[in-house]
Amino acid sequence: MTFYDMLEQFGEETALITKQECLSYAQLQIGVNKLREQIKDRCLVFCVCSNNVESITGYIAFLQMRAVPVMINPVINKELFDSLLQSYEPNYIWARKGFYPGQACYVYKDYALFETKYRQKVELNPELALLLTTSGSTGSPKLVRQSYRNINHNAESIAQYLNISGNDRPITTLPMSYTYGLSIINSHLLKGAAIILTNDTMMEKSFWSLLKEKHVTTFGGVPYTYEMLKRLRFLRMDLPYLKVLTQAGGRLGKELHLEFAKGCAEKGISFIVMYGQTEATARMSYVPQDNTISKAGSIGIAIPGGEFWLENNNGSMINEPFNTGELVYRGENVTLGYSTCKEDLAKGDELGSILKTGDMANRDEDGFYYIVGRKKRFLKVYGNRVNLDEMEGLLKKRGFNIACVGEDDHLRIYVDNGEPDVILKIITGLTGLNRSAFNVYKIDRIPRNAAGKILYAELG
Amino acid sequence: MTSLEKYNAAFIETFDITEEQLNSELVYQSVEAWDSVGHMQLIAALEDAFDIMLDTDDIVDFSSYDKGKEFMAKYEVEL
Repeated sequence: MTFYDMLEQFGEETALITKQECLSYAQLQIGVNKLREQIKDRCLVFCVCSNNVESITGYIAFLQMRAVPVMINPVINKELFDSLLQSYEPNYIWARKGFYPGQACYVYKDYALFETKYRQKVELNPELALLLTTSGSTGSPKLVRQSYRNINHNAESIAQYLNISGNDRPITTLPMSYTYGLSIINSHLLKGAAIILTNDTMMEKSFWSLLKEKHVTTFGGVPYTYEMLKRLRFLRMDLPYLKVLTQAGGRLGKELHLEFAKGCAEKGISFIVMYGQTEATARMSYVPQDNTISKAGSIGIAIPGGEFWLENNNGSMINEPFNTGELVYRGENVTLGYSTCKEDLAKGDELGSILKTGDMANRDEDGFYYIVGRKKRFLKVYGNRVNLDEMEGLLKKRGFNIACVGEDDHLRIYVDNGEPDVILKIITGLTGLNRSAFNVYKIDRIPRNAAGKILYAELG
Repeated sequence: MTSLEKYNAAFIETFDITEEQLNSELVYQSVEAWDSVGHMQLIAALEDAFDIMLDTDDIVDFSSYDKGKEFMAKYEVEL
């Protein structure tokens, strides 16, 4: 069963709701059919997507006709977009009118299908369904290759452990190009639910009006979303239709996990903490509702169809509880691998359904997993992965002596030959992340050992 | 610092903008840093500066520099 080929089975059930309109599954399929007529064969398409009817229509159309979309956030910086274009040479771009200079060959509402100058067809592996940027990409055209099997398995598994039904009504709170946001859409389309589409944020009155008016039952959030909800005194709001909140995209922290688990329980809302990565399509684990308070701070257990274990430095399995090792996942949702250029799109499965997550974790005696650190130097900033070494490299290329350290949502940048303001501007431009995530400090000298390696510990 | 200066400083520091940009055109998402994350930072800065706690309805309706001024009066901050 796929979530994209069978829309008509839900017929007159509502599929998409926006402030202005309401589309049934049958109506969505009509829009999909029109777009499908424009593209004949399997080819590569850039799908510049927001939470709107046009983006979903395009996404479903491409999956149905087995064209391969690269899901792209419209706020992408120009440098990265150009580098993606040059690296992958897509035949088409599906985007808001005016996004791309060139003749539109088809127009649907506010979106247009643009033909690019690339006429050659890129060779696409038959398993390849779609491509996603690794979150928080900083200028590199690295994409994750997801297969049809990957997206369907993950959608099925998510729908199963969250008990998703046609009566659910999720509202969009995350970008569609972000793996977690997309997985909410996939798993709800699978069950014939009605998705409320908005690009408004929780900091806008219009978001809350829509949520109330359309009887929204569920939404998801990254840790920062829950910080916002806390400030908005969410637990005091009266939202009788809301039934399930989910969280992923980074560690929430035990305190906030507990606060929401308890507060939601009092309101009859399930609060489900989950863990995932783009490399595993979207999700790998969840904390079942019955354990949300007793196992606060945990990432839970593997999702249906998946399996976790821990490995020590030698690659052997750790069996005793409370011993830390690298978290490894096996499941049908582990993606095919990465790509950095169009030639990589011909490649098949490189991971064999096994993902070394790069996260260090331990397991308690009940089999619940806890993330305790990371193998590589990266942070999560507002749910987006930021690789510290990559960030240093980008600034080094621009001539700065740089050291990057920090915690989730707080990246500290030390420089000994530049102005903090200038660096802050570059960084926010590259990442598209709010400046409050970064602190830039001018210091006399970046501390290094005799071999020239940066002594990060001395930077606190 | 007067209350107005404090109010202005919260915008200038949170969004890294100049005093000239403090006008009726300064609205949510009109400058890069005033996104949802920036909005929360702004609210935190104002709450700290005036030792007040804004209601949820006011936080989500605080959509412009001018509108925010109206809300301040409600919390007995004279600008």
